[in-house]
Formats: sequence, structure tokens, C-alpha cells
Amino acid sequence: MAKVTYGGRSYECGNNSVLNCLTAQGVHIPSSCRAGSCQSCLMRSINGEVPEKARAGLKPTLAAQNYFLACSCYPENDIEVVLPDAGPGKLSARVTDIALLNADILGIRLKPSHSFEYKAGQFINLYKDDVTVRCYSLASVPALEDELFLNVRKVPGGLVSNWIFDNLEAGDQITISEAAGDCFYVPGNIKQNVLLIATGSGLAPLYGIIRDALLNDHQGKLCLYHGSYDTGGFYLVEELKKLAQTHANFSYVPCVSDGIAPAGYASGMVLDVALADNPDLSGWRVFLCGNPNMVNAAKQQTFFAGASMRDIFADPF
Amino acid sequence: MSLFEEIGGEGAVNAAVDIFYRKVLQDDRIKRFFAGVDMDKQAAKQKAFLTMAFGGPHNYTGADMRKGHAHLVAQGLNDSHFDAVMENLGATLTELNVPGHLIAQAAAIAESTRADVLGK
Repeated sequence: MAKVTYGGRSYECGNNSVLNCLTAQGVHIPSSCRAGSCQSCLMRSINGEVPEKARAGLKPTLAAQNYFLACSCYPENDIEVVLPDAGPGKLSARVTDIALLNADILGIRLKPSHSFEYKAGQFINLYKDDVTVRCYSLASVPALEDELFLNVRKVPGGLVSNWIFDNLEAGDQITISEAAGDCFYVPGNIKQNVLLIATGSGLAPLYGIIRDALLNDHQGKLCLYHGSYDTGGFYLVEELKKLAQTHANFSYVPCVSDGIAPAGYASGMVLDVALADNPDLSGWRVFLCGNPNMVNAAKQQTFFAGASMRDIFADPF
Repeated sequence: MSLFEEIGGEGAVNAAVDIFYRKVLQDDRIKRFFAGVDMDKQAAKQKAFLTMAFGGPHNYTGADMRKGHAHLVAQGLNDSHFDAVMENLGATLTELNVPGHLIAQAAAIAESTRADVLGK
């Protein structure tokens, strides 16, 4: 008989779903339809295999992180489960390099005290102290580099970003969390075209995702659009141009929203430029990162242009 | 065979949800009710609604329907908006080449929630 462990206690599951097993014992798990549709009872397995049926209908990025629906999960072996908001573990990390990428964005490389599994495009929490914390996306790719790579934008009045800009130096020890988030590349479907749109430091997760996709031999188009008010807002430009030269399926279009753009840049809002170039997104995968207004508008516009909701991954910040 | 199986089960719901949600969000009569909502969560709800309309498994009660739409009724949700959703449901199933007699059955199930959704 399979056992379900939750919150440090184990329960006999019998022929029940994980949801029924836990709620029968007085454990509160949010739920609504109890039929595998509404996804209210989303949980995550941190130990043990979950049957395929319990992941039906989930976004591939959630399934890849062992999320499942408690109402449709009839475990065949022992599993340990948590609710989705159970936070990732903390650890310390040493700053190995810190340098400006442009006037407002710092590139930071970190060597964590122990390695942990993550996917390019996920984020970590960075702690200024016990209560002041911000999340930053990972621009690094685990298979390509040992260190974590973050892009930190100086936010006016921002408690953590200003502390980082003013105080952090190579050699410092800081506290971070393990990675979380569901904006990342899932291997497979390598012929699928991919549209990636970023503003500002929203480029960070996309820089990781693109290199991860290329590493996984992605064959479909990878079209990156990076938006900025003026040309001073771009960064990693040489790296991206080089990737475009060596990979025929990757294209990089920096978009300037203020005034007429100089040669080599597109003029206009990044979302408008991306949609004008790619008006039919049926069957495409879409990644959207950066300014929340852009991300929310882009979610709707790319959906209207034909991308399936299941294939749209967004990270507003 | 049940209506759910005849329509095509889970696969049919997955095919329908994007088409239906796209129609609803672009419908000038009702799109304001969806302004500012989380699109992922809303798509999951649309999927649950379609599963129910297709005669599939669900555990919604009339009370859930009332509670879930009360804030929209307060914003003026009425029969004309419900009619618009019904129209989008029919158009979605037509687009997916679902036979007319099955569309009629799905429409009847959706119609049965009208009083609860509108808080009557």
C-alpha cells in the first residue's frame, strides 16, 4: 500500500486519491472541481514518482518540476508531497564577479555553497537580510557554466538592488534560495518555432533559455526581440550577435521605442515589432519577460495571434 | 456512449479551450469582465466549464456557480452576457466540426447553469 507523506506525517493512501487521503485526515488542501480540470489542488512531489495521469493537462514546465493534481493522483508507490507555495531551500553563495552590463544593469556571477538543480530561466531569491529579499532570474545554463549568472537592474528606491549596486563586491558571501519558477525551456518538440520577447533585464532568463534550447539542438526558429527606450538599454549585444552568426535559426532584434532607431535596430515598441514580423503564431512557443505591462499585453496578443495558452510562458518583473 | 466520450473526451476539451477562450476575450460584449484576470488561471476555469458542458466529470454545485460569479453580477453581468458566452460555445464546437445534435446537448448543460451564474 502506498503511503503519502505531507508536513512530516505519513498517511496510508489505500485506493484513495492523494486529495481524498489528506482531506480525510483533516489536512486542508485547496480544491474545487475534484475532476482534474480546475487545477486548484496543484501539489508537488519532492520524493517519489507520480502517475502520468495525475499530470494530465498541466503545462509541460509544471510537469517537469513534479507538479501534479492531488485529485487525480492515485500513487502506486510512496510519495512525499508539498503545496506549491512551500518555498525553496536557502543556501549561501560567494560573489565571484560583479560588473556593469550597461548603465543600469549589473551582471553578477555566484558560486553557490552546494550545487542544486535548476533550469535556465528559473529564478532564485537573493537576501539582503532575513526579511528583505528579491527574486532574480538565472541567465546561466547549468550544463554550460558552474556559476550562476544574474542581471540586476538598479530600481529607483529599490532596497535590494541599490544595496547590491552600492555594497556588493567580488568575494562577498550572500544568502540565496534554490531555484523556482516555470519560465524555462522543456526539451522536445525541437521543430517548434519559438518567440522570445523581453524588456530591460527581462533579457536574463531569455539569454539562458536560448542557449539551453540551442544546447538541446533546437531546430525551429528562435526569434528574440529585446526592447529598450534607447540604445543605451541593451546589453549582452556582442554575445547575442555571435550566437546569431553561428546559429542560422536564431535571430536577435533590438528594438528602440523612442524616436527613429539607428541602423541595426528596429524602431517601435518591442511587442509591436515582434508581432509585425510574426503575425501568425499558431503552433509557436512563446516566452515573455520584463515589464509587467508589456508582459500582460503580450500574453493576450500572442494568444490572439494563435499561440496556445499551454505554450505561453511569462515572467513579469 | 456518454456525451463526453462522443464529443471526444479530454482531447476535445483541450482542442476547444484555446478557441473558446480566444473568442470570449475578443468579444466586445463580455471582454470587460475578464480585464485584469490571470490568463492561466482563467484558462483553467474555462477548461473546467467546457468539461462540464461536454458532460464530463465535475463537482461544481449551483452554490459554487453563484459564489464564483457574484462579483460579476455586481458589475452588471446579465442575460445578454450569458447569451454571448453561449454563442461563443456553439461557434467553438461548430468550428471543431462537432455534430449538431451533440452541440445541442452541450448547450443544454451550459444553459442549465444560467440561473446560478446570474444569481437569480
